[in-house]
Amino acid sequence: MSNITNTLKSLKDRGEKALITFITAGDPDLATSEQIVHTLVESGVDLIELGFPFSDPMADGPIIQLASERALASGTTLRGVLDMVARVRQHSNVPIVLMGYYNPIFCYGPEQFAHDAATAGVDGLLLVDLPPEEAEELHPFLKDAAIDLITLLAPTTGKERSARLAAEGEGFLYYVSMTGVTGSQQVDAEAIAIAVNELKEQSPVPVAVGFGVSTPEDAKAVARIADAVVVGSALVKLIAEFSSSSSLLDEVRSFVRQLKAAI
Amino acid sequence: MSYQQPDSRGHFGQFGGRYVAETLMPALLELEESYNKCQADPSFHADFDHYLNNYVGRPSPLYFAHRLSEHLGGAKIYLKREDLNHTGAHKVNNTVGQILLARRMGKRKVIAETGAGQHGVATATVAALFGLECDIFMGTEDIRRQALNVFRMKLLGARVHEVTSGTATLKDAMNEAMRYWVTHVRDTFYVIGTVAGPHPYPQMVRDFQSIIGREAKEQMLAMEGRLPDVAVACIGGGSNAMGLFYPFIDDSSVRLVGVEAAGLGVNTDKHAASISAGRVGVLHGNKSYLLQDEDGQIQHAHSISAGLDYPGVGPEHALLNDLGRAEYVSVTDDEALAAFRMLTEMEGIIPALESAHAIAHLFKLAPELSPEQVILVCLSGRGDKDIHTVAEAMGVEL
Repeated sequence: MSNITNTLKSLKDRGEKALITFITAGDPDLATSEQIVHTLVESGVDLIELGFPFSDPMADGPIIQLASERALASGTTLRGVLDMVARVRQHSNVPIVLMGYYNPIFCYGPEQFAHDAATAGVDGLLLVDLPPEEAEELHPFLKDAAIDLITLLAPTTGKERSARLAAEGEGFLYYVSMTGVTGSQQVDAEAIAIAVNELKEQSPVPVAVGFGVSTPEDAKAVARIADAVVVGSALVKLIAEFSSSSSLLDEVRSFVRQLKAAI
Repeated sequence: MSYQQPDSRGHFGQFGGRYVAETLMPALLELEESYNKCQADPSFHADFDHYLNNYVGRPSPLYFAHRLSEHLGGAKIYLKREDLNHTGAHKVNNTVGQILLARRMGKRKVIAETGAGQHGVATATVAALFGLECDIFMGTEDIRRQALNVFRMKLLGARVHEVTSGTATLKDAMNEAMRYWVTHVRDTFYVIGTVAGPHPYPQMVRDFQSIIGREAKEQMLAMEGRLPDVAVACIGGGSNAMGLFYPFIDDSSVRLVGVEAAGLGVNTDKHAASISAGRVGVLHGNKSYLLQDEDGQIQHAHSISAGLDYPGVGPEHALLNDLGRAEYVSVTDDEALAAFRMLTEMEGIIPALESAHAIAHLFKLAPELSPEQVILVCLSGRGDKDIHTVAEAMGVEL
């Protein structure tokens, strides 16, 4: 079993919910991101989603678009993000999922990427613009490298497709809580519950819910339903707000503790 | 036809495909199914032909440009006059097709991205014709250089959304249209304007635009009794070129030449020549040649013509290039401007700056051919929208 599934399952066995947080690596710079990752882990985050920047983030709302722009402006590359993961790995075994768009990985070379990511200690990969239908030039290399390719499911995904994708899930399933870009709306717990309960029955791996979870209250509502809660834009917004302040890590710590306490 | 592309999953060789967020996958599968149904339905084709003939004004003429031919001193030059279509460019062929499809799918809202504004105007026009809600996404930079088209879209009842992110041009307008579509996918039809985007768009747009090549072939046979030796069209995303080329792909005697925008030169960092100077990558739902840096970040495109100012190209062009079936060349801003003036002065036809790129290539091509040979050029649009850009380039204040 992978580091991801292991971690999530052992939480589940203890009757706990997992907190997953997303940050954009390199926003405001990689050294700060590395400190933020350590702060997240110390504050109780169970799994880190690390965004690698792309010039054209089609599925992201303004908050993560701007984070991506800042990360590129600070010179962040995919190689640089992998090096940062390797440094984090010297201190922590927290599961790390890289999240982003396919082109930087295609450009890096799928085989080379799988090798280098595994060496750095990456556990999973989540690509918003690579549906399973297009994954065959990358997926076999990830399998060889024991990196989970996380599957996204949306409210628009039909029943049959949902069941098929859920059954093939690796690491965890990521259920997108609403039809929209990242960070846009409030969560609708009732609508999510129906879909997530179905996925839980169909999938061998735990189910996480993300997109639009921004407050401890949202997190609490989602945690009643899902195995794991993903918070992204709200944290990225906080980082943007305090990026030049000496209280940045304190702010991150305090926000994450509230989230963790809520679930 | 012996040429059969794309495959069932929308791949043109290694190119094309469907690289989108899961939220959009079901919508694309539904679109594909509906499109295939319409393709097999004679009543859809009858509707399409009806609006092309009676609303767009087809067939568009094939015009022998005798003064230009004589001046360049080589082959006979024929212009396929897409500039004479309703709304002034080839774009409307595709918007009629897609909006007829949207109606059959029961969608009451349409959205579109636009660069030069021609596709936006064409979408807003056909949306007005059928009383559909219409939202257009356009970059700040293009809104500035195409103010006339922005006003036309608003008159036609469309909302024009200014896109300020990224480079604030066509690629960013497409990002924003995709984001809007993700959010409103259940009741909204996305009318993509070029032969790019996720499957089935490249195929669908090609099919709707191939009326250009089908008509031109028939007209050429009637006027010259033979096929052209060369077919030439400008390429941004490549919809007018794909529409011209497609019916000639199996006619191996016809050279197909696509003209990309070289901006300030393909050796500078200010051009839009994705095939001539790009590398394979994935953007906007498909795999094709892209302008990108070594880390896979998309680079700024540049062209004096807003419609060619795009860092990618349709996947079928990428395949035709790799197969060697079509050749791709490029023309600079200055060469396009010179062609713009020459066609205006010599034939009394003011071309769109996009189309002027195709004309500019004739300066090199026509003299190399003999007077018995024939070149077919797609004059994809008229130049009224570009008057301010041209005046600015000439140092004239209007």
